[in-house]
Amino acid sequence: MKRVLVYVTPKKGILDPAGQATQRALQSLGYHEVEEVKIGKYIQLTIQDNNFSESSIKEMCSRLLANPVIEDYHYEVSDV
Amino acid sequence: MSKVRFGVIVFPGSNCDRDCYYVLKDLLQVKVDYIWHQEEKPKGFDCLILPGGFSYGDYLRCGAIARFSPVMEFVQDFAEQGGLVLGICNGFQILLECGLLPGAMLRNQGLKFVCQFIYVRVDNNQIPFTGAAQPGQVLQLPVKHNEGNYYVEEETLKEMKRRGQIVLRYSTKEGVVTREANPNGALDNIAGICNERKNVFGLMPHPENSSEPILGSQDGLLIFKSMLQYMEDGEFRYGGGEEFRYEEGREDDLDA
Repeated sequence: MKRVLVYVTPKKGILDPAGQATQRALQSLGYHEVEEVKIGKYIQLTIQDNNFSESSIKEMCSRLLANPVIEDYHYEVSDV
Repeated sequence: MSKVRFGVIVFPGSNCDRDCYYVLKDLLQVKVDYIWHQEEKPKGFDCLILPGGFSYGDYLRCGAIARFSPVMEFVQDFAEQGGLVLGICNGFQILLECGLLPGAMLRNQGLKFVCQFIYVRVDNNQIPFTGAAQPGQVLQLPVKHNEGNYYVEEETLKEMKRRGQIVLRYSTKEGVVTREANPNGALDNIAGICNERKNVFGLMPHPENSSEPILGSQDGLLIFKSMLQYMEDGEFRYGGGEEFRYEEGREDDLDA
């Protein structure tokens, strides 16, 4: 079995109000070293080895899991 | 009775479908039917409405899953053939996700669900959805959403402005576009846009919830009336004023 971890993050330059609010919260707790907080999504897929194809993972990400207008994605594959 | 027949598409989680149906059937007395999202080839419709709500629970992103419903292929074909498609709130988000309209929705800037009356200014009344409006007319409509913070990349925005695709913008009661009048942080105070061909229109405010005096405003009726007028005339009847022209370097209220 393959495990695919998909990370969806706001594109560079896209406003991330939740990330900004969290950064302010960290600063108010005294963590002034935090320059930026970005909040994204983490999606875990499990796929049978014989059905696994890198190109269809990319297709899944660009068609549904991420919206290319506002989001970037990357993924990691491991054996389970 | 008008021959025009409207179709209101119902996704699992739609919750303004009945309000749209009521406005068309009871207030405007036109033919209207629901279209279940599983239908692949509904027949005999002149205008389609994608209503507000929380299709598929807004999981993943608003509209991201609904956009792959069986009925959406029909909606795409219908739009390509020039049919009128109106997307309200979640319906607007679905039209963005499927690419019939450009851009995307971000979470509201204030991180809060907004539920209030706002004002929008009609910046283009030369499209089938606003033809009954005067140029620059201000409408009082309600918004209720968590992801209404419109975003599109700069180059596309420029093109959209030039082509008159920016139809509604959040403004003051007097029609001045200010930051304070913007309920969700939307780029350029954008509340409603259309496609290049002007037959697909999406807006965040709810015209169906402001179509009779008892609801505090009946300005929303103007959107449905415009569509009906357009369909009945068979040709475009303008609300008045000159044809839309984008003035290069026009001073924006926001920057003024």
